[in-house]
Amino acid sequence: MSSQNSTEAELTEKTKSDNKKLKVVLAGNANVGKSIFFNELSGGYVDVSNFPGTTVSITKADYKHKYEVYDTPGIYGVSSYNEEETVAREIILEADIVLNVVNSLYLDRDLFLTQQLIDLGKKVTVLLNFTDQVKARKLKIDYDKLSAFLGVEVIPCSAVEKYGFDKLDFAIEQARYGKKLADLSSMRNKESLASIPEPELLLYAEGDQLVSDKYNLPVISFDEREIIYIQRRNSVNELVSNIEYEDSSKGKFFNLLGRLSIGPVSGVFVLIAVLSMMYLFIGDLVSQQLVAFTEGEIGHKIFEYNLKNYVAEFTPSEISAEILNDEGKAIEKRTFIFKENLLADQQLYKEYKDYYRDKDYQISFSFSNPVYRLLFGDFGIISMTITYLLFLLLPLVLAFYLAMAFLEDSGYLPRLATMMDRSLNRIGLNGKAIIPIILGFGCVTMATITTRILGNEREKTIATAILQFVIPCSAQLAVISVLMTSAGLVPFMIYAFVILSVLVGLSTALNYLMKGTYSPLLLDLPMMQIPKAGNVLKKTYYRTLGFMQEAAVWFFVGALLIGIFDVTGLLVVFQDLLAPITTHWLKLPKEASTAFVMGIVRRDFGSAGLFEMALSPMQITVAIITITLFVPCIAALMVMLKERGLKQGLIIWGATWVGAFTIGGIVAQIIIR
Amino acid sequence: MGNKTLDKAKKGKFLKILSLPKGLTRIQLIRFGITEGDIVLCLERLPGGTVVIRKNRQEIAIGFDIAREILYSNHS
Repeated sequence: MSSQNSTEAELTEKTKSDNKKLKVVLAGNANVGKSIFFNELSGGYVDVSNFPGTTVSITKADYKHKYEVYDTPGIYGVSSYNEEETVAREIILEADIVLNVVNSLYLDRDLFLTQQLIDLGKKVTVLLNFTDQVKARKLKIDYDKLSAFLGVEVIPCSAVEKYGFDKLDFAIEQARYGKKLADLSSMRNKESLASIPEPELLLYAEGDQLVSDKYNLPVISFDEREIIYIQRRNSVNELVSNIEYEDSSKGKFFNLLGRLSIGPVSGVFVLIAVLSMMYLFIGDLVSQQLVAFTEGEIGHKIFEYNLKNYVAEFTPSEISAEILNDEGKAIEKRTFIFKENLLADQQLYKEYKDYYRDKDYQISFSFSNPVYRLLFGDFGIISMTITYLLFLLLPLVLAFYLAMAFLEDSGYLPRLATMMDRSLNRIGLNGKAIIPIILGFGCVTMATITTRILGNEREKTIATAILQFVIPCSAQLAVISVLMTSAGLVPFMIYAFVILSVLVGLSTALNYLMKGTYSPLLLDLPMMQIPKAGNVLKKTYYRTLGFMQEAAVWFFVGALLIGIFDVTGLLVVFQDLLAPITTHWLKLPKEASTAFVMGIVRRDFGSAGLFEMALSPMQITVAIITITLFVPCIAALMVMLKERGLKQGLIIWGATWVGAFTIGGIVAQIIIR
Repeated sequence: MGNKTLDKAKKGKFLKILSLPKGLTRIQLIRFGITEGDIVLCLERLPGGTVVIRKNRQEIAIGFDIAREILYSNHS
């Protein structure tokens, strides 16, 4: 329904009609389903999650060429106490119509905002979501009474069942001014306040800093603003007690699960269970078995083999064929040199084909022509990039995003935040910080944006530093887990120990060095639920798609750079230059420096480069520690610079360089003999 | 019936909220639906004093620093 591409004539037409378009704003508490309604109205897709703070920015779409629809972050009141509120407040003040999405199960919480929106003098319609849950729990809500009390339309809907979606037009058209509770007449009489428009006057009365600044007025004291708040709260409480009846024991299982996940002992077991399931799914099923098939069989044996064989029909090549035994070890090897091309020497071609027929084999190609090498060689822009992207990363990233989406929608994350609160207090964060950190295991770039949900700048800085320093993203983690499984248990424990120590050391140091303290936790816990398959799949699909689109570009750029270095001989020069660090300090083969160069472009790309090297288990450990701590990918760097500012961003980025090589080196000196 | 601070609440007990801290935290608690005089259930009290309370169906996690500024009495 949204029109993205318009001709010039249409554009002028559009600007004309834009002026007339009414602003429809979706507003409501966190987790009430605003984004699902927005998706319905816009015909597009925005990310939906079951934890507060998913929507941190405003999304806009055209609806029927008559309206502009806005999606806003979840808020509990219109004011400017935090970033989400500030963003939402502005757009709500400009709104012509507010569609207030309300969670039917949390009426006493949600209607507080509803009453405030009505008091602001906005045209409102209430979309009462989750009626499916109301039914399931044998709850009764008197919609007519509610509507009469508020003075606006109340439309029962269920975003999950798409019930009530046909009434969205009606909801927009019938939006009207409701019954105001707040009495501002005494304020109106004051001369200094007489000219302030009504919505802003209410916000002023509620102690809004921005309005006070705008009109040069002193901010109202907490005691005064509280009068309005208490009045509103009491009114809503009374209303709810009059319209809601009967509660059943339905949903007991999830209540129990929710309670278990925050228990001091049971919570640890739930966490272990969740992590184990994730490990079984991602670490074992996908990164071992599935990837072995996609990368080894499809990527190398089918895709690259056929591609390179085909290319060799046109250019001179040197092909070495290895015959493997049952354990995958090479027992025989022969090199075939085709001076002209594969087909020119039919005799040799037949020998080559016969050599590995009906056997387990591994073939590697080498092209002397630099252009062919650039495109199809070991670092070939086409050969390597496609294998890595499609057959290594895609299945892994898909699995990670799927697991993440499931976790997000289950309602478990806020409970994990509660459980971790005191522990995170020690490193200067509150429990909420566990959410960006966990999400960081999916994608550090995305998680860096999520640090916005944290209470203060200090917490955002600490969390960002942790993310950029120690948290490996899904793509990198995938490569790490494959490499680590081949290295064994001891290297894994060394790796985990070093990374955890850096995490604790880094955050303790930052907590000590930076002024201030953490903000105390105050978090509403959404219901535990089985995530809806539709939303989980949609989210996984869109995030994976987004990831692949972005990753593809950087992979090609990286491969091109490395390819040019390789063909021109610069790679060797570079390796020699870095050799003192790589070979003496990190005790790795000098080719490992290639992995670091690639790691600047994308971290996972760097780790993937280690695949091709013959490293001992301890060398793998050192290389992976260094790569994990090493600079974040370009995308994460860009987001960090935007979120944290140029100076702080660059300090963190620079520190990861120094930190990675220092710590990697120290570990190397200890464990590699 | 001594008044205690919420960080020392007992799990599984119904409590009457006697007083909330001043300022921003108070505003946020009121928005969530918690006011003085409310009866809430203490769902969990974690070591260190993070408390989870429930009012109607709404569950709210309250950090130690806020919990120790909330006074309650036991409600039977």
